[in-house]
Amino acid sequence: MLLREIWYLIQKDFRLEWRQRAALSGMLLYVGSTVFVCYLSFALRGGELPVPAWNALFWIILLFTAVNAVAKGFLQESRGRLLYYYTLVQPQAVIMAKILYNALLLLGLALAGFGLYAVVLGNPVQNMPLFLANVVLGAMGFASTLTLVSGIAAKATNSSTLMAVLGFPLMVPMLLLLIKVSKNALDGLEFDASRSSLLTLVALNLIVGAVSYLLFPFLWRS
Amino acid sequence: MKNNWWKALAAVLLLYTAVAGLLVPVPRLAILNETIRNLYFHVPMWFGMTFILIASVIYSVRYLRNPSTELDIRSHEAARTGILMGVVGLATGSIWAKYTWGTWWTNDPKLNGAAIAMLIYGAYLVLRSSFTDEQQRARISAIYNIFAFATAMPLFYILPRLTDSLHPGAGGNPAFAKYDLDDNMRLVFYPAVIGWTLLAFWLAQVASRIALLKQKVYEKQLA
Repeated sequence: MLLREIWYLIQKDFRLEWRQRAALSGMLLYVGSTVFVCYLSFALRGGELPVPAWNALFWIILLFTAVNAVAKGFLQESRGRLLYYYTLVQPQAVIMAKILYNALLLLGLALAGFGLYAVVLGNPVQNMPLFLANVVLGAMGFASTLTLVSGIAAKATNSSTLMAVLGFPLMVPMLLLLIKVSKNALDGLEFDASRSSLLTLVALNLIVGAVSYLLFPFLWRS
Repeated sequence: MKNNWWKALAAVLLLYTAVAGLLVPVPRLAILNETIRNLYFHVPMWFGMTFILIASVIYSVRYLRNPSTELDIRSHEAARTGILMGVVGLATGSIWAKYTWGTWWTNDPKLNGAAIAMLIYGAYLVLRSSFTDEQQRARISAIYNIFAFATAMPLFYILPRLTDSLHPGAGGNPAFAKYDLDDNMRLVFYPAVIGWTLLAFWLAQVASRIALLKQKVYEKQLA
């Protein structure tokens, strides 16, 4: 029952996104132009970007993209439409569908961004499977943290400032682990070296997801 | 007196901490020297902060189950007391770092984690002040409080243990208790932890009583 509702809501989100392609292409353009601005700023220096800087820059670009992409999740929906959902489906289905949808969206944006990033700034990744697994976990983690935050921020008056103030500190634990694993992947270290960090990432994702699942029913009631 | 014995206990324990903490002999360790006495003030801050934040989360959960102004105020004041303890903990830690590591702040996972956790709770205060409707403010800040606790605690207790750190009790560095906390120090340290924790609860209680009274006066003026 819950799974079917989630499935329908995800389909609905994708269909909406596809119908108003302006938002989707806007986000793609956002990633693209950010990457390009970074490329141009570093091109002045000439030569390749050092690997730690490559890594940090990549995740910062993803962080800002994620905040922008997820922020519109709840802000964009009109009050009436949200009320309509709540008469139809369980609140848990709404939050789970939003998290999954945002995760897929962020994954798409991250992969597109990574493609462009690798083309213009070079691709020093030595352990590709680990790096991609890390990006997938990152998309999941960003989505699960930011979805509830955007739900909270949407209720307040100054929501766009609040989104950044609430979101950034909450993402730091995840971001630190992601950057660490990503550095291991860049250096081509064995999988064993990042096992504990990856497990902690999965655990953090589960904690945040579970807390969102439990708390969202209280959020939509107001 | 029956319900307030713990306040007397807090006062006695803190008095004892202040006197014994500064007078009882401590082990002579290189670099640390006399600054080891900061253990009685810096470490209990974090214990007190953790306990008072747990209390705040419990009030928030109870608020969501059964909304009332009192629970909201109690959870808010507990979180504020937790932030106060955290800030004092950062300050005492910073002073300690100046004398042992030679710098006020250093790029260390434990330090950064603590600072970020304070930012997370700072955002809680910002969130609270950006609502005009009281019920909505109470409900949403309770939700954020629980969420913040779930993400801030890994910063203190999980992440620093995974990475290398200068700070004792992290990155495989043993905590003080392991090797250099002798019996004399234990006699002061444990009472200090209990004393500071009780003080945190006392502070939160007094603050929420003031807030509740203000609320009552406000309601009377409206009537």
